[in-house]
Amino acid sequence: MIEAALSGLWYGFGVAFEPHNIMWCFVGVLVGNMVGVLPGMGPLATISILLPLTFGMKPVGAILMLGGVMYGAQYGGAICSILLNLPCHPPHAVTCLDGFPMTKQGRGGVALGLTVFASFVGASWGITEMIFLSPILVKVALQFGPAEVCSLMLLGLLAGSTLARGSPVKGVAMTVLGLFLGSVGTDLETGSERYTFGMTELDDGIELIALALGLFGIAEFMNSVNQVAPINTKYTNVGIRDMRPTKADMKRAFFPMWRGTIVGSLCALIPGTGPTIASFVAYATEKKISRHPEKFGTGLIEGVVCPEASTHSSVQGDFIPTMSLGIPGDAVMALLLGALMIQGIVPGPQLISQHPDIFWGLVASFWIGNIMLVLLNVPLIGVWVKMLAIPYRFLYPSAMFFVCIGVYAANNDFFQVGEVAVIGLFGYILLRLGFHPAPILLGFVLGPRFEENFRRAMLISRGDILVFVERPISAVFVALCAILIGSQIYFRLRGAKADLEPAAENAVSSDVPTELAAQRVQTTPAE
Amino acid sequence: MRFSTSLRELIGKRDFYAGGLMLLLGLGIALKGSTYRAGTLMHMGPGFLPTALGIILVLLGIAIAAAGLASEPDDHAQIGGHGGHGQSILPEHPQWWAWFCILMSPVAFIFFGRYFGMAPGTFACVFIAALGDKTSSWKGTIILASIVTVFGVSLFSYFLQVPMPIFTWRGEL
Repeated sequence: MIEAALSGLWYGFGVAFEPHNIMWCFVGVLVGNMVGVLPGMGPLATISILLPLTFGMKPVGAILMLGGVMYGAQYGGAICSILLNLPCHPPHAVTCLDGFPMTKQGRGGVALGLTVFASFVGASWGITEMIFLSPILVKVALQFGPAEVCSLMLLGLLAGSTLARGSPVKGVAMTVLGLFLGSVGTDLETGSERYTFGMTELDDGIELIALALGLFGIAEFMNSVNQVAPINTKYTNVGIRDMRPTKADMKRAFFPMWRGTIVGSLCALIPGTGPTIASFVAYATEKKISRHPEKFGTGLIEGVVCPEASTHSSVQGDFIPTMSLGIPGDAVMALLLGALMIQGIVPGPQLISQHPDIFWGLVASFWIGNIMLVLLNVPLIGVWVKMLAIPYRFLYPSAMFFVCIGVYAANNDFFQVGEVAVIGLFGYILLRLGFHPAPILLGFVLGPRFEENFRRAMLISRGDILVFVERPISAVFVALCAILIGSQIYFRLRGAKADLEPAAENAVSSDVPTELAAQRVQTTPAE
Repeated sequence: MRFSTSLRELIGKRDFYAGGLMLLLGLGIALKGSTYRAGTLMHMGPGFLPTALGIILVLLGIAIAAAGLASEPDDHAQIGGHGGHGQSILPEHPQWWAWFCILMSPVAFIFFGRYFGMAPGTFACVFIAALGDKTSSWKGTIILASIVTVFGVSLFSYFLQVPMPIFTWRGEL
């Protein structure tokens, strides 16, 4: 088992070191890091905007680049949250608590330096986990029949929508809406058209890119335009020299970093608990076991490295179910999976054996990309800091162009450009009504496969719906679903959801409606 | 469920509208879905799953709206739903002009892109979107749109080979 994994990894390095692949990986992390630094551009928006650029590429290069964009954007987001107190991406909300006070004390450089290091440690751990756990999971998953796949998907969808931000009922409603949107277009089995209202352009279904760019692009711009406070660049004067930590800092950061990594990897194993929850839990644990918990929030290095390590370890761990089962844990993973599907690759347990170049190449490129990021972030910190000052009034119109041309390039059809505008308006209405649109994407990507497997399971069982509880593995998943729903209702009735995210109570509202709204809450310059 | 809620309180309840929207959407989906063949459980037709999803959405909509009506405004923090109660649907400072500009920007891209080519389409798209910002000036907007046009056309037309003419005159694609 271990030998097979190691030889797979060796093969993966061979793939990832091919000149064009390593170039795409570099382009991905560079652009991801660059765009991630920009206030108000999280990984979701970044990946959706860059997705159209990968249409002409080979699948391996495309997924390597998009993966690079994802973790590059995460590194960039940390810079934004430490230096500006703006959590561009929800997992970084906790990093602000101690990161920004450190910046005010003139130790922002040290915080950044150790963050880069902690992220690397967290990511490396997550990658190792992925190397050894994915093949085991695949072995189990290959035994699954349609009934098991179906109930597993149900569990994934429920976990992704109820454990994420905001009200669980609203999350489930968004997932159901996503499943429905996935069924628009020609029905695969019978060939009849559904919900196309006579528009032949909709026969192939709603375009994934139009949906992603509408929900995370246009809706987000509508939410943020003229609402973004001018950025306080008073403390952003950081150079390479400032990043070098002292020995004492290193010593203090060492154990929190590992604890954060472990927490993150545990969170990654529970479906649906993405990096946001991981970072909150890590911060809370660190505070609890600390000898001086009252000092948290005043600029402790422990409070910066622990959540960052945990975020990165959990993000890499999230790839495990995505790549080995084909079931994404959150919207970012759903988008990456969608990108693979656009390339004509069927996700699922057979992916690793059928496309070993993609899986092992991706794993190897994670390491290469993370090393690149460490190397990039140290000398280029001055450039990133300058990018923080780009005003929003230049950002969103340029992004609008990328949205339009990207959606057009998907099919060379103007119809999709109109589609993205309509989805954007609808997405904004949903945002204003307090829905988080991310689960829509999750449902949308899984929808067609869910329907296919559901039909097949029903056909095999001769229409007996009890098959889901009669088969033992499937019954376990269904029971987990029931426990999930039951515990949500229980906690809701007790009004104890806040216990899940204790760190959130003090300063940050964990329920930031959108990536940028967090910015609005946070933009209260301390002076 | 208390029905004593006065009309004024109702208007402030965002969850009520959120639930209502889901209910209407679900109803629409289910009604349209019922026109497709549902089939049996064993041989499901194309209408089965969408109709079922529509019905679930109706139920969820009722649950959201009911929770919005039943809860006290000060539960907001406890329940942790960002979609709080007693919050207005519109933001504090509605940006009708900016919203209009952002939504018109793809429309301009479609119109100018289709009839005049990629460069005019790009320029119009960026220009109109940029007008939405309240600090924007004509000059700054034109400069921004020109820069994005030059950069965008070279990236998408030359490097990525998107088959869209750079300039055309009332061209039909």
